Amino acid sequence: MMKQLRLSGSGGQGVITAAIIFAEAAMREGRQVVQSQSYGPEARGGASKAEVIIDDAPIYHPKIIVPDIVLSLTQKAADNYYGDLDRNKGILIVDEDLVPDIPDFPRVIKVPVTRIASEQVGKMLFTNIVALGVLVKISKIVSIDSARASVQKRVPPHTVEQNMKALELGYNAV
Amino acid sequence: MTEMKLMQGNEACAAGAIAAGVRFFGGYPITPSTEIAETMAKKLPALGGCFIQMEDEISGMGVVLGASLAGRKVLTATSGPGFSLKQELIGYAACAEIPVVIVDVQRVGPSTGQPTSPSQGDVMQVRWGTHGDHPMIALSPWTVRETFDAAVMAVNYAERFRTPVILLMDEIVGHLRENVQLPNASDITVYPRRRPTKSRAAGYQPYEPEQDMVPNPADFGTGYRIHVTGLIHDYTGFPSGSPVVTEKFIDRLHRKIAIAQDEITHYDEFFMEDAEYAVVSYGGVARTAYEAVRKARAKGLKVGMIRLMTIWPFANKIIEQTAEKVRAILVPELNYGQLKYEVERAAAGRCPVSLLAKYNTLLFTPDEIVDGIENLTGGRI
Repeated sequence: MMKQLRLSGSGGQGVITAAIIFAEAAMREGRQVVQSQSYGPEARGGASKAEVIIDDAPIYHPKIIVPDIVLSLTQKAADNYYGDLDRNKGILIVDEDLVPDIPDFPRVIKVPVTRIASEQVGKMLFTNIVALGVLVKISKIVSIDSARASVQKRVPPHTVEQNMKALELGYNAV
Repeated sequence: MTEMKLMQGNEACAAGAIAAGVRFFGGYPITPSTEIAETMAKKLPALGGCFIQMEDEISGMGVVLGASLAGRKVLTATSGPGFSLKQELIGYAACAEIPVVIVDVQRVGPSTGQPTSPSQGDVMQVRWGTHGDHPMIALSPWTVRETFDAAVMAVNYAERFRTPVILLMDEIVGHLRENVQLPNASDITVYPRRRPTKSRAAGYQPYEPEQDMVPNPADFGTGYRIHVTGLIHDYTGFPSGSPVVTEKFIDRLHRKIAIAQDEITHYDEFFMEDAEYAVVSYGGVARTAYEAVRKARAKGLKVGMIRLMTIWPFANKIIEQTAEKVRAILVPELNYGQLKYEVERAAAGRCPVSLLAKYNTLLFTPDEIVDGIENLTGGRI
């Protein structure tokens, strides 16, 4: 069964890294994955979006057609990227502090991911991994163990402990 | 096979080049090719190789030509704007017969255009951007795994034919991550640097062609005298104004590749057995085209697909055969129309060739190409 996830925010929030880690976790579980992104020319700021498609068969067209889940860490990203979600089955996950105007959508999950990162992990830098924990729980595509293994592999060694904490906090926040 | 990895197209490009023996990278980073330079910077020093970031793309091209003449297998990587700057020295490499691979990860142009958005707008610039009559080899991969293979192939062709080879990527495949299994090093065929077969005493001449029409000029510093020039030269490597030498030289430059064309023309055929219509596609767009062809088949349309990996020299034969067989051909491209005209030339009136052009920074959706196929068939199943 094909699953399509979109992670969106502003450049520098780490949505591409989170998407890579999610894709890697699915690969660990023997799934086919493609991960792509689109962003503006800016190194920081601007709209940033990363997509992950997971399937059991080879994936050809590399972009999402109808997302199952959209995660948005800014108001602009939420406004821009939730539109093609399936209104019946789709889930929109937003940062409840950074997306004050919740789009009119049947199923919205609000999580203070940025606040959790800064207050409970210690730095806003870990926002993307808190968000990853939320995604792992909500999407039910990969196990938390696979996510842990991928986080361990992808983040700098001296940050593993804090990233693990961020992942668990996100996972348990929903 | 090695372990399964999540790898980006640009990383696979660097890995393939290294597997084929590249030990020197010079260039200037530019989106969407930067990860190639990054990966080479990370990996080459540990392999005894050299990475150098130059002040611009022109010197990035010059430095790899120098390293190649000194015996290293070399790579440089850029995008459209940087490729434009490299053009003069690409012609120099063609004329002086210096092995070099230039990667062009295409983005929207002209000029600096849309730095982070995909395009196939450089198909003609890689073919004809440098002046004068010269052949060109360009390969365009459609998956991360094939990017690795294409990089190996590009390095091998550059060495075998002593010519510039273009790895014509696009932002779609360059930035895409997929799960891939790379081959074991022992399963990769690497074409070695050509060396002189004669001593100076036995009459060695650096630009005297071998049986395959390619010369074996010595690398600098290996005990031979060698003169390298962008002027037309005779077997000695020194300039010659002779009409006879000039004509023979230009002929040989073309023929050394033309006689191997079948061997270096790579393509896939999908669903062509009973096809009445065909989509001809390449690079990242071929992924969407493949999806579209499957969807169109599910609707009962007898459509097949030719996926070109070798863009230059152009795959005339398979297009001639396809045009003979089908009622019409569709060419979807992320540009204003470039390879479509080559397809049309090869089809030579055997069937109509339609262009589906897109140039708004976005990749096609499968449905857009399905619509293109339906327009082609005029609703006829």
